[in-house]
Amino acid sequence: MINLSVLLIIPLVTAIVVLLCRNGSQVKWVSLLGSVAQLGYASLLMFDYISKRAAFNLSSSIDHSNQSIDPNWKPAPPPQMLYEEHHTWFKGLNIEYAVGVDGISIAMIMLTAVVVMAGILISWNINRLTKEFFFLIVLLSFGAYGFFISLDLFTMFFFLEVAVIPKFLLIGIWGSGKKEYSALKLALMLMGGSALVLIGLLVLYFNTDTGGGVHTFDLLKIAHMHIPMEMQRIIFPFMFVGFGVFTAIFPFHTWAPDGHSSAPTAASMFLAGISMKLGGYGCLRVAAYLMPEAAHQYSWMIILLSTIAIIYGAFATLMQKDLKYINAYSSVSHCGFVLFGIGMLTQTSINGAVMQMVSHGLMTALFFAAIGMIYERTHTRQVAQLGGLLKTIPFIITVFVIAGLCSLGLPGLSGFVAEMTVFMGSWQNADTWYRIATVLACASIVVTAVYILRAVGSSAMGPIKNPDFLTFKDATWNEKLAAVSLILCILAIGMAPFWLTNLINPDTKLIWENITRAVAGN
Amino acid sequence: MNIDYFLIMKSEMVLTVIIFLLLFLKVWDGIKSNTTLLHLVNFLLIINLVAGFFFNMNGDLFNGMFQTNDTIAIEKSILNLGTLIISLTAFDWLKDHKHLLEFYILLLCTLLGMYFMISSGNLLMFYLGLELSSIPLAALCNFDLHKLKSSESAVKMILSSAFASCILLFGISMLYGTTGTLDFKEMAPLLGHSKLSILAFIFAFTGFAFKLSAVPFHLWTADVYEGAPVPVTAYLSVISKGSIVFIFITALSKLFITYQPTWYNMLYLTILLTITVGNLFAIRQDNIKRFLAFSSIAQVGYILLGISSGTPLGTTSAIFFLIVYTFSNLGAFGVVSLVSEKTGKENISDYKGFNANNKFSSWVMAICLFSLAGIPPTAGFFGKMFLVTAGAAKGNYWLIGIAVMNMVISLFYYLRIIKAIFIDENQTPMAKLTGSLSLRLALVICIIGAVTMGFASGVFDYITTITLK
Repeated sequence: MINLSVLLIIPLVTAIVVLLCRNGSQVKWVSLLGSVAQLGYASLLMFDYISKRAAFNLSSSIDHSNQSIDPNWKPAPPPQMLYEEHHTWFKGLNIEYAVGVDGISIAMIMLTAVVVMAGILISWNINRLTKEFFFLIVLLSFGAYGFFISLDLFTMFFFLEVAVIPKFLLIGIWGSGKKEYSALKLALMLMGGSALVLIGLLVLYFNTDTGGGVHTFDLLKIAHMHIPMEMQRIIFPFMFVGFGVFTAIFPFHTWAPDGHSSAPTAASMFLAGISMKLGGYGCLRVAAYLMPEAAHQYSWMIILLSTIAIIYGAFATLMQKDLKYINAYSSVSHCGFVLFGIGMLTQTSINGAVMQMVSHGLMTALFFAAIGMIYERTHTRQVAQLGGLLKTIPFIITVFVIAGLCSLGLPGLSGFVAEMTVFMGSWQNADTWYRIATVLACASIVVTAVYILRAVGSSAMGPIKNPDFLTFKDATWNEKLAAVSLILCILAIGMAPFWLTNLINPDTKLIWENITRAVAGN
Repeated sequence: MNIDYFLIMKSEMVLTVIIFLLLFLKVWDGIKSNTTLLHLVNFLLIINLVAGFFFNMNGDLFNGMFQTNDTIAIEKSILNLGTLIISLTAFDWLKDHKHLLEFYILLLCTLLGMYFMISSGNLLMFYLGLELSSIPLAALCNFDLHKLKSSESAVKMILSSAFASCILLFGISMLYGTTGTLDFKEMAPLLGHSKLSILAFIFAFTGFAFKLSAVPFHLWTADVYEGAPVPVTAYLSVISKGSIVFIFITALSKLFITYQPTWYNMLYLTILLTITVGNLFAIRQDNIKRFLAFSSIAQVGYILLGISSGTPLGTTSAIFFLIVYTFSNLGAFGVVSLVSEKTGKENISDYKGFNANNKFSSWVMAICLFSLAGIPPTAGFFGKMFLVTAGAAKGNYWLIGIAVMNMVISLFYYLRIIKAIFIDENQTPMAKLTGSLSLRLALVICIIGAVTMGFASGVFDYITTITLK
């Protein structure tokens, strides 16, 4: 009943219908409808997946009791990916259109669906080149969905690149500030990242052999092959740094602050909420999973870079005066936690990394949405010029405060759960240097609290700085809907993290076991 | 006498009939209206394109001087398609031109020369085809009759192409001297590693590189492209280059197979220089035709990268890329030709704010440039990916790394134009430009091709099967 290609068909159809629309309001409604349909389908997928997984676990536990009858009998492992689909695409190169999902991809798909819907709702006031704007947003989401469900590395790379150029146009045309510079910087750096991925991909491809000199891009097949260690040592850095550029790995993070702050609200939400997660997902799924030994060997490097990103990002945020720059630099810091979790190579920390991806995606989207709403009214994002807004636009500022509190890791919201899991997992890695890194990363939370509370406090509280502020209208229906949907997800993860953990646990375990096994084998 | 003999030379015959028909029309001088003539010519070109898909034979004629097979047939079809698209985009320019028929006669003569060149199985036939395809081109470059730059371009074209032919001919004569034959099949096993024959090979290689405008033999390209009328520039950069690529593949993989290690090293260096220099020079250009000239130099580098592997996969991806390249480059040239014809503007800065009044043309340009840059979901992504993959089969990851990083540089300059069109503010943007129906049709064809070719895996698989034969 569930067919993963539908996840691609819905955005594609939406994009085509958007092109055929006659006026702006039709375009908006069509894209909203498309994103809601996509969210509905993604939820359906998630529930179906959970029940299927539960059925597998049940059957394997029953089988387990039969073990006494035949001592050599082992339960067949449940399939790693569900809803798999394989179609030959280019026969000459053995390229397939292959899709399938596990718990991690489902979490990412849900995140994408929620953020895209919220982003479309937030952009309701776009009136310049409306059709092009929504077309590009839908195209971006198409790339993201495709990336998360791909099992073939070529297809995956294809979707990764689909999601780059629309950002250039979104920032360049609808952006603000030094938009041209930021757009070009972002496009070139992300393309540079994907070029590194491509080099790694080609080297990997020519080191796979499915018999008879036929190479493959199939992720699951490659996972069961043993890539020679010296090749892994070459491929891993390319892959990890390449995907890392998308996650704003230090020192390739410079596109993030400029890009985020110049982008229109929806694009910022998308960029920080989803696009940066493409990188994290790629680092985990492709780099760490396919090259476990190299991941183990290079883990000190990952930890070093991500610790720098976390601390440097936090301190850089302290110096920012523009709300968007504050969130952008804090994103660098928060996405550092994702790579940090992956680099620690314990199951809990990998779990934490995935949770941090989801949590940061939701939280930062909410943050940018709130900043966008404030900016639309005040026409400034400078913290110094804001003040007392809680009295005039209470709803928006409440959203803003919730996003801030989530960002600084208040218990009960998703940020706390994710960061806590990362730290718990990291501490399990008993190496002294790694523990020092963990302590340092933990300490950054204090800095986070400083900048968040300062920014939120001075813009929300205090006397009303500008008499114009009194004329502001509070959030409109679309803004409320966008904010509420994101807040609900944040609360859901924060209050009941187990449903997310249960969803991703079997799959992070698989990745972790793969690494442990490979390391033990050496 | 067997009908098969005629069928083997079918494409050449159809084209010759068309050329003579146009010649008779010129002499007869019965049709006065240029528009009617243009429609007639386009109709004939469509027939020529369609005819290319039927009754394709494998075989050779005149003791192996002329040969044809499925691969050659598809290569000719690519050239036909490109010529048709160029003819459609040239509509607005030729509508008022008084030497319309001469233009087409010369153009189709060069196409005929390319046919012979691709089909040649003998160096003599190859040289004949090459000359037939390059001398009328110089005359075509001069077809903006009242523009000084056009004449300059023609003179540069004829001198440089004569020079290249000289070098090639010198190489051919030395090859004949060492082996005593001109036939590809007979010559290939006779080629040894004597100094003379290696020198002969280097001369021949240089001749090819000259025609392909590979660095360091590229200096004529930009000047010629800038001066020539836009449709002729398009023809030079797609059709003329494509045909040389096709025969170059044959020459390397059939004739000079003995020298594979040698030509691999030579290609390695050429690719490195071509991609890098082409890209770096493209960044600095302000004239859009010069810009496209340098970008096409860089593209040739990628094609050579695919060829350098010497595998059927390399041939397949080069042919596939040329299909994609035909659509994307001609689409870009179509827009340039529209703008240049209506306003006379050819600078990148003139394109600022182009999107304000010309939505369709802007998007055609954007999609075509993205395709040239290799950005998915356009077909250029697939073309580039396959070329790079084919090149990587050798395990030369340094070269691949440099080529891939160059794609990022190339993205920078393509984005410059996109930025001018979509992002830059302009108080006086270009007014709405309406091209003729033919031009718009050509743009639509290009856009469909540039978007869908990548997903048409059937085409790629078909080329794979025929090149494996």
